[in-house]
Amino acid sequence: MEVTITVNGTAQTIDVEPRQLLVHVLREELRLTGTHIGCDSTSCGACTVLLDGTPVKSCTVFGVQVDGRDVTTVEGLLTAAGLDPMQAAFKEHHGLQCGFCTPGMMLVGKALIERNASPSDDDVRQAIGGNICRCTGYMNIVKAIQAAAAVSAPGAGVPAVSNEPANA
Amino acid sequence: MLPSAFDYHRPTTVEEAFDLLDSLGPDAKVLAGGQSLVPLMKLRFAAPGHLIDINRLGGLDTIEEAGDELHIGALVRHNALAANDQIRAKYPTLAAAAPQIADPLVRNLGTIGGSLTHCDPSGDLGAVMLASDARVTLRRKGGERDVPVTEFLADTFQSSIEPNELLTTVKVPAPKRFHGGAYLKLERKIGDYATVAVATRLQMANGAIGSAGIGLTSVGLTNIKATAAEDALVGQEPSDELFAEAGRLAAAASSPVGDVRGSADYKRHIVEVYVRRGLARSAEMATDD
Repeated sequence: MEVTITVNGTAQTIDVEPRQLLVHVLREELRLTGTHIGCDSTSCGACTVLLDGTPVKSCTVFGVQVDGRDVTTVEGLLTAAGLDPMQAAFKEHHGLQCGFCTPGMMLVGKALIERNASPSDDDVRQAIGGNICRCTGYMNIVKAIQAAAAVSAPGAGVPAVSNEPANA
Repeated sequence: MLPSAFDYHRPTTVEEAFDLLDSLGPDAKVLAGGQSLVPLMKLRFAAPGHLIDINRLGGLDTIEEAGDELHIGALVRHNALAANDQIRAKYPTLAAAAPQIADPLVRNLGTIGGSLTHCDPSGDLGAVMLASDARVTLRRKGGERDVPVTEFLADTFQSSIEPNELLTTVKVPAPKRFHGGAYLKLERKIGDYATVAVATRLQMANGAIGSAGIGLTSVGLTNIKATAAEDALVGQEPSDELFAEAGRLAAAASSPVGDVRGSADYKRHIVEVYVRRGLARSAEMATDD
């Protein structure tokens, strides 16, 4: 079945089988392998993408369902100017170790700070509730998302991130 | 994981959807949010020959009061329930449950109609709707019927919907003044199924309990409406002793099985405690109104 999906701003018309999940379409048809497959059972969030700006698990959506819609993957964060503030903050604040969950975490973070310019620890922890990290203990992920929010806010200057543990 | 192959249909009007339901019969499944159906298909527990994607049907994602009921469209996502001002102001049982369903990403896609039709005894909304005395509207080509949720949630993963019908609306009776509700959920982590969860609702009338609703999650073959406990509350004045008795009656109505989340006795005990606490919270809210 022919579908047209706008992926990271570019409309792509491809032929997919109805049973192909969005994550397969992205990874295998479009060769965008930044979207990971973790549990493959709607639990871990490694496959998170933004569907019309909203984070969803791409292992639990069929590719045919997103015909005519906008998908943002982690590859879409990078701009001509370099790293997105979310990527820069994950790098700066050591928000990753093995990196497997990181694309999902960053996309959930992006969607969060779009609607909440200054998320509290609790706001971030709620938002990443569907994404599992087995390395970091989440502390630096929370810090990184808050730091990205601080630099992304209109008129933001120096990021307001302390060295205190996020849940102190 | 790849599901079995199927034919994909994406109607844009309900009439078109009814025609598809009629012509394809029981081999077709309706795809709404897909957050339960797609995992089942990937595990090959479900292998429908046809999927009818209803996500592009207009008019099924509204929340509006109509007369003395709240009408919730079948395609309303869990996060939209959780964010709705009217629900937060007037429907405390539902408002408490919605942000506790699954995890935030699943809530972005999962729908109220899909969740109820899936009939998972671990589903949160089934218990809420039992406590709320809600009904669902099932439409088909040339007709429709309203079914109480008590009848709709017929059996484990088996609702009373017919293959040619589409659940379009969930109808929740509007509470009056002096009303309270709660949803208490014990889960190991966000996104896990409830170990036990309890929906409660109290409507006060002249200082006594006018009506009461109690729904249970994950402690039986379906969501359970604890009717003996509800009956024991009606006409009484709220008290700790009364709520403790209702907790015991609800626990007696539950039939949990032991699993990795806890033994049957433990779960039955949690039912008793959560019903007592949920009713106390509901009563506090009702008298503060």
